[in-house]
Amino acid sequence: MVERYVISIDQGTMSTRCILFDHRGRLVSVAQKEHRQHFPKPGWVEHDAIEIWSNLQRVVPRALDNGGVRPDQVAAIGIANQRETTVLWDRRTGVPVGNAIVWQDTRTDALVEELRRETGDDFFIEHCGLSPTTYFSAPRIRWLFDHVDGLRERAQSGEVLFGTMESWLIWNLTGGPDGGLHITDATNASRTMLMDIRTLTWDDELLAHFGVPRPMLPEIRPSIESYGVAHALLPDVRIGAALGDQQAALFGQTCFAPGEAKCTYGTGSFLLLNTGTDLVRSRHGLLTTVGYKVTDEPTVYALEGPIAVTGSLVQWFRDRLGLINSAPEIETLARTVEDNGGCYIVPAFSGLFAPHWRSDARGVIVGLTAYITKGHLARAVLEATGWQTREVVDAMNADAPRALKELKVDGGMTANNLLMQFVADVLDVPVVRPMVSETVSLGAAYAAGLAVGYWPDLEGLRRNWHRAGQWLPTMDSARRETEYDNWKRAVERSYGWIRPQ
Amino acid sequence: MTFQAAISTAATDPLVNRLSSLTESYDRDMAGPVQSIERAAAILRLLAGGPGRLGLGEVAASLGLAKGTTHGILRTLQSVDFVEQDEATGKYQLGAALLHLGTSYLDVNELRSRSINWADALAARSGAAVRLGVPLEGKVLIVHHVFRPDDTFQTLDVGSLLPLHASALGKVLLAYGAASLEPLVEAEPEAYTRHTLVSSQQLNRAITETRDAGWAAAVQEMIMGEADIAAPIRGQGGLVVGAVGVSGPVESICDSKGHPHASLVGLTRNAARAISRDLGAARW
Repeated sequence: MVERYVISIDQGTMSTRCILFDHRGRLVSVAQKEHRQHFPKPGWVEHDAIEIWSNLQRVVPRALDNGGVRPDQVAAIGIANQRETTVLWDRRTGVPVGNAIVWQDTRTDALVEELRRETGDDFFIEHCGLSPTTYFSAPRIRWLFDHVDGLRERAQSGEVLFGTMESWLIWNLTGGPDGGLHITDATNASRTMLMDIRTLTWDDELLAHFGVPRPMLPEIRPSIESYGVAHALLPDVRIGAALGDQQAALFGQTCFAPGEAKCTYGTGSFLLLNTGTDLVRSRHGLLTTVGYKVTDEPTVYALEGPIAVTGSLVQWFRDRLGLINSAPEIETLARTVEDNGGCYIVPAFSGLFAPHWRSDARGVIVGLTAYITKGHLARAVLEATGWQTREVVDAMNADAPRALKELKVDGGMTANNLLMQFVADVLDVPVVRPMVSETVSLGAAYAAGLAVGYWPDLEGLRRNWHRAGQWLPTMDSARRETEYDNWKRAVERSYGWIRPQ
Repeated sequence: MTFQAAISTAATDPLVNRLSSLTESYDRDMAGPVQSIERAAAILRLLAGGPGRLGLGEVAASLGLAKGTTHGILRTLQSVDFVEQDEATGKYQLGAALLHLGTSYLDVNELRSRSINWADALAARSGAAVRLGVPLEGKVLIVHHVFRPDDTFQTLDVGSLLPLHASALGKVLLAYGAASLEPLVEAEPEAYTRHTLVSSQQLNRAITETRDAGWAAAVQEMIMGEADIAAPIRGQGGLVVGAVGVSGPVESICDSKGHPHASLVGLTRNAARAISRDLGAARW
């Protein structure tokens, strides 16, 4: 019998990657291509959607080649994507309206302040589970309308379409201007601030508030459902799933039961807790979001704590300061010293996300003395990720019925042993890495495989999960408390740096 | 300092050892320095001392060389990353690899990062624990460890040291010149079990066998009841920078006759090749 595979596409913030998985959820081959990051002004972050689509056209054939797999051996395509990143494009030509505005972009700052002042957070939380921040898509659509002449009219007439990255890729994969499917899934739609979080439909009141015309919006579909077949790249292969990358990781970590949580350490880090079919409203700075939705089954919800800057702090350390040549070298540099030497870095590059939500914060390095070496700075960079995780876990423990007993981790930074030990130390719970650390891709593959019957059920997927590594807490509790207190004082110092305009 | 003198001061370095034996045989055939190496050295000195980037014409004119000759040398230096060419202007400057010459070949944390997916896949496919080792002061330093995928309680071995002569990881490092045998044999290797190879003759035979086969095994050579299989990880230019292997109870690693399972050997070698390709070793 010919072996069949599931292909997953992870359209991430830094790169687009394509991974093939076999029936036991094992990685068969990988291909990846980075795309350019555009920073036209302070606080602005853009991607070229055309570059991303052409990168996908390169990585898919490469992944097939690397694995020695023919297109007809692919059972399904699953897509995971960077969330909230907003792209508008012309339905007839397929040409985007300017660059895509990335989730880290803070240009909608003033607009968001105005919305919060005039309407108040409660209205938004009630409708979509989110309070307005620069993080979500809807304010970006509104910003584009305010800054591009005639765009609102073109959107009104359905000439210009809106999408997050999965919509853009699915539209192009299924024919583009030639009858491409214009759809999104419930997890991605739950990050726009335009969807009713209970009914999973576009909410008229929210649309009115942001001035977003309905004809430009994609159809909201379940995350796991056979949407149709690809025309380009993998002709006639079914597209079986689309999920926001963090929800895909939750799925890939097989956190199918309420109370199970994972944290993905990438550019930013994202801790998600499955709350089952209960829609839990956070009182401690977390987001309520759709975890996943399987065809016609009840919606599974999650609480999420997004941290804006973790891996990107290491990249900054590498690219902007030039103190290391590659990201993994930060561990080597950090191990040249015993501790942080009293130095703390709060990486509030574009404000602070969960649980603080302070757009007026900017990064600080505190505790500098003549004693501090680049080794101490490297420690402080890694510890910033640990402490930010601790803050989110504290918020989850306050919101959820039970305290976290174990944290499942994934993402590139889990290769950093010093960091993973530090996370275990500051959380005081075991930190566990699964055998496939590419859980975003795995989750998209699992979801697509379920949709087309390649895998029968969730329990079968659970049996594929194995522990690859584990770090147990060893830090003395007095030291943990002192260090945490220092961190909190450092965070306070980052607040209010940006003055109201 | 002459080239030969430089080599003798660095005689402990295995790479230089191999280079040294190469140049010795070369010197016997052709007395005197190699002209193209002299010219390459002059080009590097010129680029290091100059105001920044230099064009092909400027390099050739400064050294009184033909443009064709100069171009050939620059292309070769570029291929080993000693020289970089600016895409926009076509001018040359010193390459990043020169800055790291003499320091470790590959950062161990980088090696872990680049190997992690393949090591996971090897553990998932083999059902055995996976470890990556690099040479450190006459031992094998474990830089990455993936648990046996049976979800039993296990602890990470990262940072621990294994003997070179009693582990498959170590034998691979010895066989491909990443670690040297002489100091080990002089210090009289410890016999952990009755199967441990301790004599210079036994170890030399094991090294030859490893080179011929492209992999190594150690069956009950460190701990009774335990075995491991390992294959070389190659970096740029094919230089062996480490080893990856599977390990576990002898009955899971070997067949009833005590020979390593061919399927595990195949999986280990495939993982080693995949990691090597990621590190830029094109031919393996």
